[in-house]
Amino acid sequence: MNNLKNFTKGFIKENPVFILLLGMCPTLGVTSSAINGLGMGLATTFVLTMSNLVVSLVKSKIPDKVRIPAFIVIIATFVTIVQLVMQAYVPALYKSLGLFIPLIVVNCIVLGRAEAFASKNTVFSSMIDGLGMGLGFSFALTLLGSIREILGSGKIFDIPIYSEDYVTLLFVLPPGAFIVLGYLISVIKKINKA
Amino acid sequence: MNYFIIILSAILVNNIVLMQFLGICPFLGVSKKISTAAGMAGAVAFVMTLATIVTYLIQEFILNPLNLAYLQTITFILIIAALVQLVEIILKKVSPALYQALGIFLPLITTNCAILGVALLTIQKEFNLMEGVVFAISNAIGFGLALVLFAGIREQLDLMDVPKGLKGTPIALITAGILAMAFMGFSGLV
Repeated sequence: MNNLKNFTKGFIKENPVFILLLGMCPTLGVTSSAINGLGMGLATTFVLTMSNLVVSLVKSKIPDKVRIPAFIVIIATFVTIVQLVMQAYVPALYKSLGLFIPLIVVNCIVLGRAEAFASKNTVFSSMIDGLGMGLGFSFALTLLGSIREILGSGKIFDIPIYSEDYVTLLFVLPPGAFIVLGYLISVIKKINKA
Repeated sequence: MNYFIIILSAILVNNIVLMQFLGICPFLGVSKKISTAAGMAGAVAFVMTLATIVTYLIQEFILNPLNLAYLQTITFILIIAALVQLVEIILKKVSPALYQALGIFLPLITTNCAILGVALLTIQKEFNLMEGVVFAISNAIGFGLALVLFAGIREQLDLMDVPKGLKGTPIALITAGILAMAFMGFSGLV
């Protein structure tokens, strides 16, 4: 039960994007389509789960003073793995996510979970926490990406829904990211209160 | 001429915050007052320029000759973290006044993706050292411009009658969206 709660808190109640407002750069930057959002979310989930796992394994060996740099090295290692794997197997996605793949290193969610959760909890619950938070992040990015793709190019996951003559291009451009996220946060807040 | 295009493009056309979505955390976090926004912009400008120079030299003289390009991410983030610490220590000793002004922003800068982003972009765009420095400074100006503009709008926004459901972050994001729309008007410049 406890593990289940730990796992599901990332989706709505403590959603990293909508509630905690962490990791805004990739959230806004890559969500011009649903597939980009999903890809970025899953890449971050992998880094988050693995870094939580390793941090909780070595937490007692790391002196308190150098723990942040040590965490950053662990995170950067997994980011490099993701970078190389994506470059080899999904080069198209790698190209469209671009700079935001190496920038997972400075995504506040990853360091935040390592510091706030994994450095204090057991290996198993840290992994669950990382996975839950990561999937919550993926959910937020996919939702935002889907809305922007539907409004801005009339498609979802590249499947046409309505004619391109009626799309509002603005939503796939940078201003659309800010505006859609603004309204989404307001809706999620309302749902949380109810 | 070339430098002119780099400057114009980095400040207005491809504004780092509003068009490229780098450094959104400080953009939303420290933009409640113009004075703190200006302080943050100053600290970012300082570290961004320094970090770009150092990472460029490391890439050119250590990573490239030794074929270690895959270590780029790890190396750059460690250099930036160390650099921020170093700047903090030196500022504390040399210029307590400047430290007072920028000090509280420095620890936040390590995880500011604008710094790492600009360092990586400089390598990606294959700039030479001088172009890299100009690129970093112009991006820092672009960051400062967006941040101070946004802080000014938010100061006014506090006095406005905002619909209840949109109070706080939602209205800030929508405002940023409108600001981004205004910046899109520059896109024909370069």
